[in-house]
Amino acid sequence: MTDKIRIATTSLAGCFGCHMSFLDIDERLLELIEHVEFDRSPLTDIEHCGSCDIGLIEGGVCNSENVHVLREFREHCKILVAVGACAINGGLPAMRNFVPLEECLNESYMTGIGIENPQIPNDPELPLLLDKVRPIHEIVKIDYFLPGCPPSADVFWKFLTDLLAGQEPSLTYELLRYD
Amino acid sequence: MTQTFMLDGLAIPFEDGQTIMEAAIAAGHYIPHLCYHPDFTPYGSCKLCNVNVNGKICAACTFPAMAGQTVISESEEQNRDRQRITQMLFVEGNHFCPSCEKSGNCQLQGVAYHLKMTDDHFNHQFPHREIDASHPDILIDFNRCIFCALCVRASQEEDGKAVFAISGRGINKRLIINSDSGQLKDSELTVNDRATHICPTGAILIKHTAYQVPIGDRQFDHHSISEVSMDQDSSAP
Ligand code: SF4
Ligand code: SF4
Ligand code: FES
Repeated sequence: MTDKIRIATTSLAGCFGCHMSFLDIDERLLELIEHVEFDRSPLTDIEHCGSCDIGLIEGGVCNSENVHVLREFREHCKILVAVGACAINGGLPAMRNFVPLEECLNESYMTGIGIENPQIPNDPELPLLLDKVRPIHEIVKIDYFLPGCPPSADVFWKFLTDLLAGQEPSLTYELLRYD
Repeated sequence: MTQTFMLDGLAIPFEDGQTIMEAAIAAGHYIPHLCYHPDFTPYGSCKLCNVNVNGKICAACTFPAMAGQTVISESEEQNRDRQRITQMLFVEGNHFCPSCEKSGNCQLQGVAYHLKMTDDHFNHQFPHREIDASHPDILIDFNRCIFCALCVRASQEEDGKAVFAISGRGINKRLIINSDSGQLKDSELTVNDRATHICPTGAILIKHTAYQVPIGDRQFDHHSISEVSMDQDSSAP
């Protein structure tokens, strides 16, 4: 039990598509679970990351909370992995980088179509937005990158089975995709 | 007697006036490239074709083949440099492949796959660039331009029009359009021009043709650019 590999996962500025794709390994999950145990993850509801072997990060960073979570993962995970296009280059959320933040907020909460009771949310509980969405390697050191939008289930499988077998993970030509 | 130089330990024959790139392709050897095209004057801007010639780094697409040269192309060092250059091309523009209609058929992406690039390494510059959708048949997304000047050369050398030019330096470098308004719709570009079809990336696109090839059947889905480009470059007139 205790010598199982511990994996933590999180979605920052992502859409959970990478997590869904991870679950697409389907029945191979049963084999995986023989060797691994999940720590903090949307799959477990554990709130804070304990000491882990592998951290899988989906999404880039778009707000202050993302930065804290990313740093927590880096602190506790021996191997930190950027999973998917958004973690690697900001992805779709980073397309807001070309619009000033104030304009984004105005459009979403003040002047956009169908808005009732317009006001920009300012509850102190809400994390502050960063001026730009950033890929995670710009904030902490990342050990491996799994491209794809999302990376296919086979990418997760190849990567994790390589690591579990104690070999340097590598993707075949067919598995390396940016879309 | 045929003259030869050595490329990665193999004797490559060449004719006077040929570049290292031309001789290598004629002999069936791929050297990664983006701005080189057999139909147009070599331009030497992308530096992806960098090779080690007798200890010095040269662009294979512009450097003349000479007897007795020892050229190294497929070394770890050369390919690491190429990967860094490709990463720079990615972060200097805005390349969101999942939302790009050229994805799967894009040579920049193809070269990155060939070099096994999994990340962009550098900080992203997220430069602010516009889209010109003014033309009825053709769209330009400047976010994806890598300044290879293939459209510039194709328009001048083949179409006889000079629709495009590259202006500015560094991060302010831009592809500009030769028309009074600066917009594509007022230029001489037509959908049948060679310049319209030459772009290696998703910067120049023909409207109403997007996403017609399903994922799995696209150019680089199963075949590396090293194979695809050898087929194309060596069959070119
Ligand atoms: S031009 Fe090529 S590299 Fe750039 S976004 Fe499109 S597919 Fe990706
Ligand atoms: S638009 Fe395309 S062909 Fe023209 S310079 Fe840019 S990348 Fe090259
Ligand atoms: S192909 Fe030689 S510099 Fe671009």
